[in-house]
Amino acid sequence: MTALIHLTGVQKYYGDYHALRGIDLEIRKGEFFSLLGPSGCGKTTLLRTIAGFETVSSGTLMIDGKDMKGVPANLRPTNMVFQSYAIFPHLSVGENVGFGLRKYPMTKDEKARAVGEALEMVGLGGYGARAAHALSGGQRQRVALARALILKPKVLLLDEPLSALDKKMREQMQVELIKLQRQVGITFILVTHDQEEALVMSDRIAVMFEGEIGQLADPETLYRRPNSRRVAEFIGKMNFLPGEVTKLGERITVEVPGLGTSEIGKEQAPGGAKLGRSLIGVRPETLAIQFEGEATDRRVADATVDEVVYYGDMTYYDVRIAGIEKPLTISMKNLIGRPVLDVGTRTRVIWDERSLVVLAR
Amino acid sequence: MRISVLGIYAILYLIFLYAPIVLLPIFAFNDATIIAFPLTGFTTGWFAELATNTALHGAVRNSLFIALMSAVIATGLGTMAARAGATGEFPFKRGIIGFIMLPLVLPEIIIAVALLVILVQILGMNLSNWTVIGAHVLICTPFSIAILNGAFQNLDPSMEEAALDLGETRLSAFRLVTLPLVMPGIISSLLISFTISLDEFIIAFFLTGSNPTMPVYIWGLLRFPASLPVIMALGTILVTLSIILLTIAEYFRRRGNARAGIKDTGGFL
Repeated sequence: MTALIHLTGVQKYYGDYHALRGIDLEIRKGEFFSLLGPSGCGKTTLLRTIAGFETVSSGTLMIDGKDMKGVPANLRPTNMVFQSYAIFPHLSVGENVGFGLRKYPMTKDEKARAVGEALEMVGLGGYGARAAHALSGGQRQRVALARALILKPKVLLLDEPLSALDKKMREQMQVELIKLQRQVGITFILVTHDQEEALVMSDRIAVMFEGEIGQLADPETLYRRPNSRRVAEFIGKMNFLPGEVTKLGERITVEVPGLGTSEIGKEQAPGGAKLGRSLIGVRPETLAIQFEGEATDRRVADATVDEVVYYGDMTYYDVRIAGIEKPLTISMKNLIGRPVLDVGTRTRVIWDERSLVVLAR
Repeated sequence: MRISVLGIYAILYLIFLYAPIVLLPIFAFNDATIIAFPLTGFTTGWFAELATNTALHGAVRNSLFIALMSAVIATGLGTMAARAGATGEFPFKRGIIGFIMLPLVLPEIIIAVALLVILVQILGMNLSNWTVIGAHVLICTPFSIAILNGAFQNLDPSMEEAALDLGETRLSAFRLVTLPLVMPGIISSLLISFTISLDEFIIAFFLTGSNPTMPVYIWGLLRFPASLPVIMALGTILVTLSIILLTIAEYFRRRGNARAGIKDTGGFL
């Protein structure tokens, strides 16, 4: 795939505040790309920079091979869905959707047809004559989508578009957005602080912290192989264990008190491994409680149940293992015949070398 | 029904506020030159006399012209200032906005005297309707800013950005999106500025040229007791007009709030 958007060394200052600290990024044609990070990490600033609402302090931004320096928002091949949706309340739904067509050399009928098709696409066929200020949150979002997509932009920018919706609506819209993106084939760039949303929807995710990209990867790599503690903490749950890298080479040897010595592959240290004290990460679902009568050929460690949190489909256990200071969190599916253990139960934890990740310090 | 002390206070307060105004129409329709009870009979003669008074007509025309020009100019300036205050970023913003709001609390007599000295003594200008308009713009603009500030503050900044994003220029985005959304505020500001200018006396008294405005003309009439009932008739018309204008202004302010989806908090009617 070819790169549609090129950012090279993009920096942004607001007075003394350094909002973007040198962003190098390529966004491919037709991909669903997400900018993920906590509030204040610069993800929205980056999106607004691409849209043309913020100027770049230094560095270059190219869209479709053209330098965007000095190109105002109205002349860029991007359209945006705003966090507040910014639906014009004094216009009808149809007038909102057709707003961008004002300057296009099309007949009235052609425009009306385009508006109808755009509304159909977002599931609002027949809503054209309604007053925009009477719409519900989910409908507003669909109108905002139709209004942006009707112009067939090269890039659709979405600024936290689902944050104002309730949980059920949000999950429904996530699926619809993915389908829509596949249908139109336009590059989508989504800004979100919701890690789950980013994982569900994106082809690739850039995790941002304090104006920098912490890690750029596809969702699975990002989840399974975070390169640093902050990425691992931001995405999902992870146990952090103090350990030591004792040998580097084709395989890496790590020593984890309580779990013993393990040999792991290089890909399990995506941030790079160095000899000496290191931080080791383990996801809760890659560990397991060994229930009575269950056999395993994997490695095991003796443990005591310290805390039990029951979620219905899952149970989260905090277990203590001799030699590890903090309890480890383990998530277990509540399969048929599996008991929920009580606090204080002595049990065994099954683990695997493949679930360890060496995190950059 | 038990009437509480607070209830009595409220009733007395309302009487204090509105009794003088209620007297206007009563004596405007009373068939006697002397303003006193008991009432002697019903007449519409004073209104008929108003209709034939050409000097008064001239004064009313002056006042309407001055009020219209002041309202338009003050609202224009107020719109620019309110927008700058709501969305612009510039040094000393708060101080500057505070400074242009100051005429709101300055005594009008001070403004009037100061302007008279500057316009006549220093600039050597002749007093005319335009000197009054200038001064009225000065006192109306802060009101306009106060009204429009609300309209611009309530406006989602993404609205204009969305219009830009959809291909409009800064100017056309303002015209197509921002202006319609603050229009209720603009109409409200026009009406209130118009009303303020129309019945303003002190400044007009100092700065008016050879053609008096209506309030100045009325003041002149007061020297002749026989013309008092005519003034009452005129006052009745003015009060009615003011109430209608302010009601329209308030209607537009509320409609603006409703459009922006804001719950109404206060307002003056």
